[in-house]
Amino acid sequence: MTTAATAAPRVRIEQRPIRARLALTVGVCGSLALVTCLLAPLAGSTSISLARVFDRSIPFTENVDAQIFFVARMPRVLAGAVVGAALAAAGVVLQALLRNPLATPFTLGVSAGSALGAILAIAAGLAATLGPFSPVPLASLAGAFVAATIVYALATRPGRPISTSVLLLAGVSLNSVFSALILFVQYMADFAETYRTVRWLMGDLDVGSFAPILGALPLLAAAFAIFATLPSSLNLLSVGAESAATRGVDVARAQRLAFLSTSLATGAAVSLAGPIGFVGIVVPHLVRLIAGVDHRILLPAAALFGAAFLVACDLVARTVLAPVEIPVGIVTAMLGGPFFLWLLVRKG
Amino acid sequence: MSLAVEHLFFRYGARANGLGAFSLHDVSVALARGSLTGVLGPNGCGKTTLLKLLSGVLRPQAGTVALDGRAMGSLSRREIARHIAVVPQETHPAFDYLVLDMVLMGRHPHLGPFALEGPDDLRMAREALVATGTHQLQARPYMTLSGGEKQRVVIASALVQAPDVLLLDEPTASLDLGYQLEIASLLARLNRERGVTMVLATHDLNLAASLCDTLVLMRGGHVLAQGPTGEVLTDAAIRQLYDVDADVRFHERAGHLTVVPVRRVP
Repeated sequence: MTTAATAAPRVRIEQRPIRARLALTVGVCGSLALVTCLLAPLAGSTSISLARVFDRSIPFTENVDAQIFFVARMPRVLAGAVVGAALAAAGVVLQALLRNPLATPFTLGVSAGSALGAILAIAAGLAATLGPFSPVPLASLAGAFVAATIVYALATRPGRPISTSVLLLAGVSLNSVFSALILFVQYMADFAETYRTVRWLMGDLDVGSFAPILGALPLLAAAFAIFATLPSSLNLLSVGAESAATRGVDVARAQRLAFLSTSLATGAAVSLAGPIGFVGIVVPHLVRLIAGVDHRILLPAAALFGAAFLVACDLVARTVLAPVEIPVGIVTAMLGGPFFLWLLVRKG
Repeated sequence: MSLAVEHLFFRYGARANGLGAFSLHDVSVALARGSLTGVLGPNGCGKTTLLKLLSGVLRPQAGTVALDGRAMGSLSRREIARHIAVVPQETHPAFDYLVLDMVLMGRHPHLGPFALEGPDDLRMAREALVATGTHQLQARPYMTLSGGEKQRVVIASALVQAPDVLLLDEPTASLDLGYQLEIASLLARLNRERGVTMVLATHDLNLAASLCDTLVLMRGGHVLAQGPTGEVLTDAAIRQLYDVDADVRFHERAGHLTVVPVRRVP
């Protein structure tokens, strides 16, 4: 033992105790998310000052800067933060569950089901609101639920671990089926409705008020509560299902929880903002490069970084062609696509 | 700890016509506390399946697996993992874990649901790295290691699990001669000093002869023979097991039985 202690190389950053690495990474990513969320509402067609926004001497009703900050822009920024966090975390969990670094929250067909639900509601011309909820997000959630149920039923056998290859193939097949159905609905719908569905599919964080975010919050809270229990199981699952079992992981249970939580997070995020691509694959890989592959650090860091990333992308979407606001889905894909290609080439 | 299986029946993907299904028939094996048992037999004889039943990864359709007299089916995965560790044939992580991360994962069954490993866990990991001669690799990504280095890291990971029983599937298959001997002496030392009960499935008859005090010979899902190595390992047993004519002799310098295969017999 003494020889090992004296021969041990100088402690590198990866070898600091896990507690220190966790605090450092979460602290950095958390600050990044917080700063982004505070600064993003300052930018826009009307310039406002942060000092005036938080100036308590002016009553809120007379403080135009505060009204723009909190009422006009903050809902959109918050929507970006929760959707970014949900998609990035779901990406991390699914990549570990499927033992496949190329998996995304949209791989298992949940988002395609969600999109089909939303598009059916749009094409049917459902505009009336049901109490506090509007029909498109509700139909979108219903679609996500149907898709998740079908994939789950196909890939699971009672008491047995999930077959990840069946899960992957079932998800990919279901994605194609739902995509074909979406095209069919668009083909049959009239011009105006088709335009609305196409806009919805681009992904957009313009939620209008805090109400839609509050509607999605219970599902997101449930998803994140489950995420919090998963990281050490995800480490072992990504080494191998059988070796995880021999290290004390209840594999079937962990896999079911991972599937349930990612379906909840993806369904809620897509119902809120449409299928915003690439956040769920770019952010996990980016954070892995910086913070390493230990899911106890990676998962919270990716959620926080995902929040910052999507809010920043949306800032670009709002300002780059101002006064025109382009859908954020276009920006994430334009930034994410080249990154993904670079990653593929680097790994290849 | 002792481990015993009685009248074990198991088949994969049980189908009515019985086609394509591999099975174990009426397998009974007793592994005494502190014993070092080798499981020998041709490819597909059921060695790996027996190990998976012993570790509780597979559940038998009939028969019992008992850990110190307690039925395996009544224990949680966590409880089993605190007593039984497994070294599989191969380990392919999906992500680029460092060697130290891989070894620390062995502490999982001993940590609470939200607990992070502390200084004691780190000390155990360093000890296991030293015991397997891999401490200089601890900051390397696991995927960049050679086959033999990977195997020793996986053994280190099993050691920090502080098991009473260690199940090893072909532990020396990917190792060169030097590391084969090194792993053999490491296993013998762990067995002697920590009293770890060990079961190893292997095709290396000379490793089994040098290391194991007990042998279980399997073919076609049946146990052909089991008992002390000196009694079970004979010319006739090798012929029956592998259809191979072999010389089994005591080697003076090595101090154990050796097997020299001569030719295949029909």
